[in-house]
Order: sequence, then structure tokens, then C-alpha cells
Amino acid sequence: MVAENRKIVIEPVTRVEGHGKVTILLDKDGQVTQARLHIVEFRGFERFIQGRPFWEVPVLVQRLCGICPVSHHLAAAKAMDRIVGAENLTPTAEKMRRLMHYGQTLQSHALHFFHLCSPDLLFGFGSDVATRNIIGVAARFPELAVQGVMMRKFGQEVIKRTAGKKIHGTGAIPGGINKNLSITERDELLADIDQMMEWSRGALKIARDYTLEHLDEVADFGAFRSNHLSIVRSDGAMDLYDGRFRAIDADGDKIFDQVDAQDYLDYLAEDVRSWSYMKFPFIKSLGPDDGWYRVGPLARINACDSIDTPEAEAARKDFMAVTDNKPNNITMAYHWARMIEVLHSAEKINDLLHDDDLQGEDLLTIGERRGEAVGILEAPRGTLIHHYKVNENDQVTMANLIVATTHNNEPMNRAVSKVAKDHLSGVEITEGLLNHVEVAIRAYDPCLSCATHALGRMPLVVELRDHEGTLLSSGAK
Amino acid sequence: MAEHRRALVIGYGNPGRLDDGLGPALAERLEALALPGVTVEADYQLVVEDAESIARHDVVVFADAHTSIDEPFSFTPVEPVEHVSFSSHSLTPQAVVSLARELFGATAEAYVLAIRGYEFNDFGKGLSPAARANLGEAVESLASMLTRGVFTVTEPGRPLAAAARDKDLTCKTENM
Repeated sequence: MVAENRKIVIEPVTRVEGHGKVTILLDKDGQVTQARLHIVEFRGFERFIQGRPFWEVPVLVQRLCGICPVSHHLAAAKAMDRIVGAENLTPTAEKMRRLMHYGQTLQSHALHFFHLCSPDLLFGFGSDVATRNIIGVAARFPELAVQGVMMRKFGQEVIKRTAGKKIHGTGAIPGGINKNLSITERDELLADIDQMMEWSRGALKIARDYTLEHLDEVADFGAFRSNHLSIVRSDGAMDLYDGRFRAIDADGDKIFDQVDAQDYLDYLAEDVRSWSYMKFPFIKSLGPDDGWYRVGPLARINACDSIDTPEAEAARKDFMAVTDNKPNNITMAYHWARMIEVLHSAEKINDLLHDDDLQGEDLLTIGERRGEAVGILEAPRGTLIHHYKVNENDQVTMANLIVATTHNNEPMNRAVSKVAKDHLSGVEITEGLLNHVEVAIRAYDPCLSCATHALGRMPLVVELRDHEGTLLSSGAK
Repeated sequence: MAEHRRALVIGYGNPGRLDDGLGPALAERLEALALPGVTVEADYQLVVEDAESIARHDVVVFADAHTSIDEPFSFTPVEPVEHVSFSSHSLTPQAVVSLARELFGATAEAYVLAIRGYEFNDFGKGLSPAARANLGEAVESLASMLTRGVFTVTEPGRPLAAAARDKDLTCKTENM
């Protein structure tokens, strides 16, 4: 006999931990009707920076996230560029920032792939959880694990040399940058870039081959048709640092294109649902039911017309050929797309390190002061929007931040629902179901760490409760 | 550091989240002491490249805030174990030590210095008064142990400071 209205709950660690909770809702027949991914988005930060001088913001916002502080640093700096009327930076300033950003993207993607994703791909995501982790990879594939560590370290070194230090960098300031790249710093990075390129090619091959060899399995795993949002260059090429918004539908038709960042509120809105702290962004013209979209590597590869580095462009064409040059809506294809961007980032870093502009002395520019500005970029996980208002006393009076994990809120819920419907059996939370839910969420590389992480917090806890709240079963991992 | 052993102290946490900043605060205060043979690093969280750094040292101490231990802090050995991460990129000390041993042949002694914190649920710089007091005791004891090259782990339910006082450890941090 199946109980009515059961809930299967994957509990959060705590409200401030930042980890997710999954609630799977069953109907009276025991069938999955909906899955809800609860990710805590701590909006208090926006209030925290109100009243602060605008020039402090690019440094302050790095406290928002220990995973992608550089993305927040640069998005805030881009907004403050406009506040000081300096949206057209000097070549040295813009290229230093780009170098910082590509270093961030390379290390973030490499970390995700080698640390979080590769165990699923190398061992299979139905395999024993005791070995399906980075320690297992280190034991079975030590060379690969070392590559992951060293690519992450290289990216951090790029950040250190452009932002001043690895954490709490101060490199980007309103109107430019506060340092150039010395010849010594350049040569230190150049010494390793060929190795990074080679390892990037290797990681791309693993992700590509896995996807193609398991296409029957992954094509339907947590998959669904969706819109896609990304920043693109004026010629439609991928640009992770700057550009204008483009949104396409599941068939590749443009919903809007070349939308200026300053106008984002005319095109995007955020829906609120009673069961989630996190908002649900959507394209205004389509409404909340049909206007949700994906961001991140998959969306960027789908939305752009080309990539301006040769090896990544060849990889993009290879990727798009799988779906006959239509958007790829396979959730697990995020991993392949992410590795195309790793190679692209390595290529861009290589190009920039050979550019003499990085040794230029003209670091700052200034123009007509403004009271409101929006800064956007493509963070490793997807589109990042920073919107500020600043008063005549140089104090921030309003801040609105939309991060990639928020953009991907609805898609992640869809992915978990799809997996739950396909893999839930009976009333027990099996290790297999947990694994599949985990793999689906992980494809999006959500940032769940914009919070504290102190020792003593619990790991993932899973509970199964009936409609009266009675605990039927529980588990932790 | 005694006997020319190289020690690495990694203080981690988010300084913008009140007492979660205990780890970086310890790193800052320890770095100011400039103890010979001691390298101090601060970060938001442990990261995989810490494994490579650990392999270049003989002793590693992970300093972090703790939500529920007895005041003022605990000091316990790290036993490498397999760790499964959910989705966060953060690692546990155990996982980093395991990686260091597996990938880079690290043999470092490893310890966790967990400092009791109280305020984690808001954004803001600065430690609570009680956490600041715990930090002072933690810095004092750790500096003493690093100077002597002798590491005393806490007994269950008994703060290290008491154990350290019983053993009459030399304190080198009068100027803190």
C-alpha cells in the first residue's frame, strides 16, 4: 500500500550553509509530480553594501563568494566604470581584466571537471560512491588528478598576477586597473601555458568522447528543451568578458539580440515562489511559464555564432554537429561545453601573454559621472549581472545582483524532476537515486558556497516523510 | 619551528561572514608573528592546490571556525579518509590531506585547529567578542606549539588551553 502525498526531502545543511535541499513530491499513486531544489540565496549582501563608497564595491563584493570572487570583482568594476564615465577602458586595463577573467574561468572549469565531474564520467554515475570521488580518481588516474590540481593552480597564479593576490584582489578599480603585467610575471606564466593548452585539449577529449560514447544514456538524462541566454560580441561571437545579451529558443531562433546591459530590466524579470528563497528569472516577453532559460557553458556555446580562437572554434563546430547545428539541450552536454571553454580560455591567455599592451602604462580613464550603472559578464557558471545606484555623496543606494545559479534555478528544478520521474522506485531513497539527482545538479555547476562553511555543519541529509510529516526513512552522505 | 621542520598554517573561512572569518583572522595574527619556518596562508576555503603545498611541508595546521565545540578551541589530528563532495567546491582537511598523500607523496603531520565561533548568520566584517577571545587563546597556543615543534592534541571535552597550561608550554606571544 502506497501512502498518499509523500515527500522525499534532501535536507539543506543549514539556512546559511548554502547547500541545496531537494524535495520530491509524490501523488497518491506514488508517482513523482514535482521536484523542488531549494538553494539558499542570501540576499542580505545587497543591503550590506548600501551606504558604502562606490569605489570599495569591487573589493567588497568578493566576500559574496569564495568560489568565484573574481567574477564579482570584475562585474562590479564594470558597473563602476560606467559610474565614473569610463566604460571605454585603455587597452592595457581591458586586457589585464580579460587575462584575470580567463584565468578565473580556466581554473574554475578545470576544478569542476577534475574534482567534481570526472568521477562521474570515469567511474560511471551509478558506481560505488566510496570510490566515485576525487580521492578515487587520484588512486586510479593520478596523472589526471594532478593535472586538475596544477591547472587550478595556474589559473590562480594568473589571478594573483592580475588582481594583486589570489583572494581579495584589488586589480580592477573604477575606470581601469591598478597594475600592469611585468615582463617577469608574463614570462612566469608563459613557462606553463603550453602545458595548460595540452591538458585542456586532453580534458576536452575526455568530455567529448564520454558524451558521444554514452549518447544514448545521456541524451535523455535530466534533459529538456529550453531557451538559452548569453552575452555575445557585436558580431555574434562568444565573449566571456563583454558584449550584449542574446536569447534564443530551443530551436535556435532569436528571442532578442544585442540588448544593452543597461536595459536588462526591460527584457528580464524575476518570479517568486513561496517554497524557495531563490528567485526564478524569466524573459519578460514570454512570461514566467515559458520564459525561463539556461545560462552557462551550454547556453553560451548554443547562443554564439562562433568562437574567436581556432581550437575552441573547431571544437564548437564538432559539438554543434551532434545536434545538426541546432541548440543542444542535453543537460550532460554542459560538461563538454565547459571543456570547450577551458580550451578557449587557455588560448586567450596564450594570446594575451604575447600582447605588449599588457606592459602598457596607461591604466586609467575617466569621463562623465553617472548615478546608475549595470555591469555584466559571463562568469564560469553563466551570466552575471551587477546593478547599482550611487548618490551624489558617492554612496551606493541600491544594488541588485543576479548570479548564474539564480538564472539556472528553473532548469535545475526541471532536471531534478526529470531524473526523479525516471529513477525513483518505491518509497526508499536509494543510493542510486541520490547519485542521479546529484549528477543532474552538478552538470550546472551551481555555486552553493556563497555562505559560511564552518566545521560542524552536517553533510547532505536525506529524509523521506509521509504526508503527515512522519519520517519514513533518512540517509546522509 | 624546531628541528628545521617546515610548518604550513592554512586559516580559512569568509571574513565577510562574521565569525566564519576566524580562520583568516588567525592567519593574519600568526603571520604578524613571523615565526621561523612557518608559512601562513589564508583563503575562503580549502582548495585542491593546497594538496601540493602540503607536500612541501612537514606539519600542516588547518584553522577554521567551528559552530559547536567546547570553548575556546580544539586541536585534533587529521586522519586521511575518502570524502564525497556534494556540489560545493570546498574540501575537508581530511580530503586535502588524502589528496596530498595520494598525488604528491606528502608525509606531513596534519592537525585541525577548530576555534569556537558564534555568529554566522549575517554579512559583516569583524568577530564577535567571544570569538575574538577564543581566537586570542588559539593563536597563543598554536604559536607556542609551532615554536616548540611539539603538538598537543585536545582530549575529548577538554580545551587545549587547559592541557597546554598543565604541560607548562612556553608562550612566545606576549606582544599579541
